[in-house]
Amino acid sequence: MTRRAINNQAGMGASNPLNLQPGAQWADCLSRRHRKAAVFSRVCFAVTWMAAALLGLLFYQVSSDGLRWLDWQFLSSFPSRFPERAGIKSAVVGTLYLIGLVIVIAIPIGVGAGLYLQEFATKNRLSRLVELNIANLAGVPSIVYGIIGLAIFVRGFGLERSLISGALTMSLLIMPMIIVVSREAIKTVPLSTRHAALALGATRWQTTWSHVLPTAFPGILTGIILALSRAIGETAPLIMIGALTYVAFLPEGPMDSFTALPIQIYNWVSRPQEEFHQLAAGAIIVLLGLLLLMNATAIFIRYRAETRL
Amino acid sequence: MFVGENKSMKNTLIDNFIWKGIKMKKYSVAVYWARCFTVFCGLLLSFSAVNVYAQTSLRGTVSVDGSSTVFPISEAVAEEFLAVHPRVRVTVGVSGTGGGFKKFLAGEVDINDASRPIKDQERQLAEQKGIDFLELSVAFDGLSVVVNKDNDWVDSLTVTELKKIWQPGSTVQLWSDVRGHWPNKEIDLYGPGTDSGTFDYFTDTINGKSGRSRPDYTASEDDNALVRGVSGDVNALGYFGFAYYSANKDTLKIVPIDNGQGPVTPSAQTINNGSYAPLSRPLYIYVRSAALGRSEAKAFVQFYLENAAQLAEEVGYIAMPDKLYQQALERINSVSQRTVDISVN
Repeated sequence: MTRRAINNQAGMGASNPLNLQPGAQWADCLSRRHRKAAVFSRVCFAVTWMAAALLGLLFYQVSSDGLRWLDWQFLSSFPSRFPERAGIKSAVVGTLYLIGLVIVIAIPIGVGAGLYLQEFATKNRLSRLVELNIANLAGVPSIVYGIIGLAIFVRGFGLERSLISGALTMSLLIMPMIIVVSREAIKTVPLSTRHAALALGATRWQTTWSHVLPTAFPGILTGIILALSRAIGETAPLIMIGALTYVAFLPEGPMDSFTALPIQIYNWVSRPQEEFHQLAAGAIIVLLGLLLLMNATAIFIRYRAETRL
Repeated sequence: MFVGENKSMKNTLIDNFIWKGIKMKKYSVAVYWARCFTVFCGLLLSFSAVNVYAQTSLRGTVSVDGSSTVFPISEAVAEEFLAVHPRVRVTVGVSGTGGGFKKFLAGEVDINDASRPIKDQERQLAEQKGIDFLELSVAFDGLSVVVNKDNDWVDSLTVTELKKIWQPGSTVQLWSDVRGHWPNKEIDLYGPGTDSGTFDYFTDTINGKSGRSRPDYTASEDDNALVRGVSGDVNALGYFGFAYYSANKDTLKIVPIDNGQGPVTPSAQTINNGSYAPLSRPLYIYVRSAALGRSEAKAFVQFYLENAAQLAEEVGYIAMPDKLYQQALERINSVSQRTVDISVN
């Protein structure tokens, strides 16, 4: 629709004699600009669909390999050397535990830090330094977080190669992202909202808790989901801190050792036998499914939050 | 004294019940003793049952880490071991041979999978930290030299020719540089990256020193990438573990290797009896001697050696002669005997 509108405008600009334009030169210039706009919108269109097509291609390839392995037996068995007996039970449960712990650890701290930096911190050199460093941290490669996790959590705190070490490392990894996104979301809350609340006698905390945070919530949630999606697919830091590959029991607490889906996939892909490559494809489908489920939940919650406002 | 105590206890018990107004059948001292005896026997029985249960079903944790090459064997052994001892938690990680040794020497894992023998500096570190360990070979892997399926000129390579191709500063650019009557086509080399134990072993045996290799070849830590590379390139020559060849026999052509006694093709038989030389290598597990003092770890290592021959073949490697497994088992028994003695003293 927009493209047609632009084209119409371009046509009008070129031919409308009632245009109060000084001469043909201006019309020429305008039509060139409209042409440029049309080209640009087409490029954007193509790029968007290319991204979607790539995802489609990936999904097609993965499902043509892995779909036939996908059954209840695959989801409910431990890994095995026999492809037909192998499953991803420990990997799925490990991933779910990990994400659960990351949610509990990273979200309160991340959102809290974003809130403080945006709403409460006085703007001085120190706070600017902190802001700059957080923005930089968001771009640090994940393997570096793995090394930090190994040094601090696994060896320093003596948490060993446990779920909690993995979750803390992953939390470190996604915290900068959550902080940056929360700040952006809080920034978009209009100042008038705060003024109105304060004028009615609300304290600063009441204003923040009951007005700023709920208004910013949908934006914050989007950031959280993007960050969690990154955490769910990361392999390098987990391998670094020593998540395991063959685990035939389910973790019973945060101190237990564990494995996760990306590690299981990585292991199967590097095996010589073709059947294991197909199993890896099956596990990728499950991982994609988990991601979609998380995104869908987030969109649902965001929709609820937006309509309530 | 014992009887008196019980009598008074009996009296208070019965008095109590009457006082609370509960109708009790007054029973004789004989019945009382009989009941006590029954309870005692029951307790004894349940205790002994627990003891018997603890003996047949081990508990605890055994941690294995290390080489990705050995991983399939350890995984298979762990899987079968868990079928026998479901309450032992066996975990297997993949940190690479070197990464595994770091954890092993930090005392974090009981067993390290290794696709090469321990290096001198690692051995020194073990001595410094007072970690006593056992080196046990569990299977053979035959490094396979392969070319493309459509390559119709290569029928075998000698060890000298391999060295000529792969040594640092090699001038071999064309197939005709290797043997005069081979075509004037460029030779495209594929091999594992420098972090791999396969690379260490190949460069050690062919070029004379571990890590010395010509650098201008397509390197990948992912052996499947090498398989794809060689199977899609008529002029390719590559090397990797035997399991990757046997899983891709229809897209690759194996090159028999001539070590002076005529060309030998790697197969289960030629690798097992040692005639495929020098490219068949042993795969190891390193066991911390202290860990053998724990019954679940000792049972796991024993189980490993008893079943490695069959399980290794199931996952694509080659069993060693039975005699070697027997010797290894004897070594474990003597070491764990010693460890138990030390811990008792």
